[in-house]
Amino acid sequence: MTQPKEIFVKTDRCVGCLSCTIACAVAHSNSRTLFGAVFEKPVPKSRIYVEWSDPDKKIPLVCRHCEEAPCMFACISGAIHRDENGVVLTDTDKCIGCWTCVMVCPYGVIGRHLETHKAYRCDRCPDRDVPACVSACPTGALVYETAASFSGAVRKSASRELIRSEG
Amino acid sequence: MAYDEKILEKSIDPSVHKMLSRAAELHIETAWDRYEKMLPECGFGELGVCCRNCNMGPCRISPFDDHGPKKGVCGATADIIVARNLVRMIAGGAAAHSDHGRDLAHTLLMTAEGKSSGYEIKDEVKLKTLAVEYGIPVDGRTKEEIALDLAKAAYAEFGKQEGFIQFTRRAPEKRVALWKKLGIDPRGIDREIVEIMHRTHIGVDNDPVNLILQGLKASIADGWGGSAIATELSDVLFGTPVPVRSQSNLGVLKKDHVNIIVHGHEPVLSEMVVAAAGDPGLVSQAEKTGAKGINVVGICCTGNEVCMRHGIPMAGNFLQQELAVITGAVEAMIVDVQCIMPSLGPLSECFHTKFISTSPKAKFPGALHMEFHEEKALGIAKEIVQAAVDNYRSRDQDKVMIPEDKTECMVGFSTEAVVRALGGTLDPLLEAVKTGKIRGIAGVVGCNNPKIKHDHGHIGLVEELIKHDVLVTSTGCNAMACAKRGLLLPEAAEQAGEGLKSVCQALGIPPVLHMGSCVDISRILTVCAAIANALGVDISDLPVAGAAPEWMSEKAVSIGSYVVSSGIFTVLGTVPPVLGSPVVTEVLTRTANDVVGATFAVETDPVKAAALMIAHIDAKRKALGV
Repeated sequence: MTQPKEIFVKTDRCVGCLSCTIACAVAHSNSRTLFGAVFEKPVPKSRIYVEWSDPDKKIPLVCRHCEEAPCMFACISGAIHRDENGVVLTDTDKCIGCWTCVMVCPYGVIGRHLETHKAYRCDRCPDRDVPACVSACPTGALVYETAASFSGAVRKSASRELIRSEG
Repeated sequence: MAYDEKILEKSIDPSVHKMLSRAAELHIETAWDRYEKMLPECGFGELGVCCRNCNMGPCRISPFDDHGPKKGVCGATADIIVARNLVRMIAGGAAAHSDHGRDLAHTLLMTAEGKSSGYEIKDEVKLKTLAVEYGIPVDGRTKEEIALDLAKAAYAEFGKQEGFIQFTRRAPEKRVALWKKLGIDPRGIDREIVEIMHRTHIGVDNDPVNLILQGLKASIADGWGGSAIATELSDVLFGTPVPVRSQSNLGVLKKDHVNIIVHGHEPVLSEMVVAAAGDPGLVSQAEKTGAKGINVVGICCTGNEVCMRHGIPMAGNFLQQELAVITGAVEAMIVDVQCIMPSLGPLSECFHTKFISTSPKAKFPGALHMEFHEEKALGIAKEIVQAAVDNYRSRDQDKVMIPEDKTECMVGFSTEAVVRALGGTLDPLLEAVKTGKIRGIAGVVGCNNPKIKHDHGHIGLVEELIKHDVLVTSTGCNAMACAKRGLLLPEAAEQAGEGLKSVCQALGIPPVLHMGSCVDISRILTVCAAIANALGVDISDLPVAGAAPEWMSEKAVSIGSYVVSSGIFTVLGTVPPVLGSPVVTEVLTRTANDVVGATFAVETDPVKAAALMIAHIDAKRKALGV
């Protein structure tokens, strides 16, 4: 069985430009264009976050769509389910806005929409081949790959480091 | 030949299709490829909400997230940041145009003092007219004496601290009074630009409207100051353009000639290159190398300048500069300042082309720098042409691919030439406007931008305008797009509406008048002022409109600003980086009408843009009662 693709983060590559956040909000707007999105109500929201960590690390965070998703187990109204691609989704019709999902999410990547009164999070851009945040990243800090491919690349790089350290 | 859909969607110009296909074959990248690699472009930049004016930042305002930053570190809101960035763009554009004007004043000064080589005062009539405008005595004086005073007076406009810039007084009295009332009547060209840099420094002007007003002030100093000086003094030195026939597009390069491209903006250099290329010694040397002669052609505004004064063919507009080199037939690409892509250096290395920079202000990686000075202008120009001639031997004819596309054009409608074409007075034009044969007049100008299908923005708009009886005046890259399309020919009147067609046919003029380079938009302003004065109204009352369908440069921002400040509604074909600020957007697209009597509009579809302009023209006609 082929592995599904995930959004992975190469934390050493992020420069904190926040392009991913803009692209995400635009991808979740009605017009799907930046110049249209800035005038829309409700305001389109980004589902990806970039945190700054001392001394100077920029860390993009986005829903990991956990295999055992705490949010899904915690949702009291049964609004959260996993689709056939493994993407954890919130059914906004069922969401009652209790924010339990926000409370239990280990990454803090579920948002509270103040205008729609619903929880929102990454939906992996179902209409796109590659999620908008990944396409927008100018440094390649965000990648859309299978876990096998991502860890394979990490191993390759680690092997090179090891060889170099051995001289 | 059938091209890839991807290539076809990049331009409407068949020569571009051919050359992009050739570039792909040779694995050479162009601006279009680099644009694609740049996508998606930074959204903060597109909205104008990033600020790098101090080192507490860089700051950027989140356009969406309520938990994202809504203010810069200093407290600047999106409105403040967008306004600051916008007026800095105006400062950049006004500086570029005006420094061009300053160079012309310098050349005139040196020529008057007898210190320049190869230059002369070609248009004494214009010299005297301008001198009178400046209150410089002309009777019983030599042209050098008059020119010396005029050059000094023009020079002084840049560093002036108080008073006003002389050419701004060509504007109708009502307009000047409005500028004074608003505090945007510029005092000196450099001063207004410097003041923008001061005001946008951390912690100075933080009122978006106050910032924009200063932007307008600097832009007026450009359009009615620096650019007008560039235009007028170029005419004095090199002759006021009169209609002349020429050709345009990459097909003007010749397989069996030494091809020299002059590219950039100031005629100071290109005029001398044209003169040097006619030197019999150099021509015979070219022939000895096996070439049939020396073929000088132009790109960008330099192309417009030498085309309208000498009929030198125009090889293409901004986005064709790389394609010209890719023909493999260019011995030398000689550049001065503005709109010259730094990619030309590495690109020229793929061919035998010598990329020669000449201005101490503009050096490029991979360029051969042959610095140009007025004192030895002709001598240096000959050395440059010599380098091109010598390079013909290095050309690999197997690598040469010149598209055959070229179109006839008629260029050189200076204000004076327009009046002459009308029979010595503006009356026939006014009459045609009154009767409705000419519905209105549009100024369509500006760059190319890979964000818009090359030339589609220009041609789509201009064809729609003339079809609806709007007479088009054109400069810069728009003028070249129109030239390539055949719209600069009297025969193009066939494509115009019945009214415009009859006027063009009666006068033997094209429906699109080539008025020159981008600084020559000052000519369009002069015509508008003359029409308004003849009717006793302000420019903002006229059935006129402006457009920059494919704009990209800071100069275009300054142009748009002075055109709107002059009272002319202006449509932009690419979105300016201001939408991150509701206040600035509102001011530019609505409030400005109550302040200067004109606004900006943004419309990326050229046909819809034409509709906006026509609706504006019709509203103004109604208000005038014609």
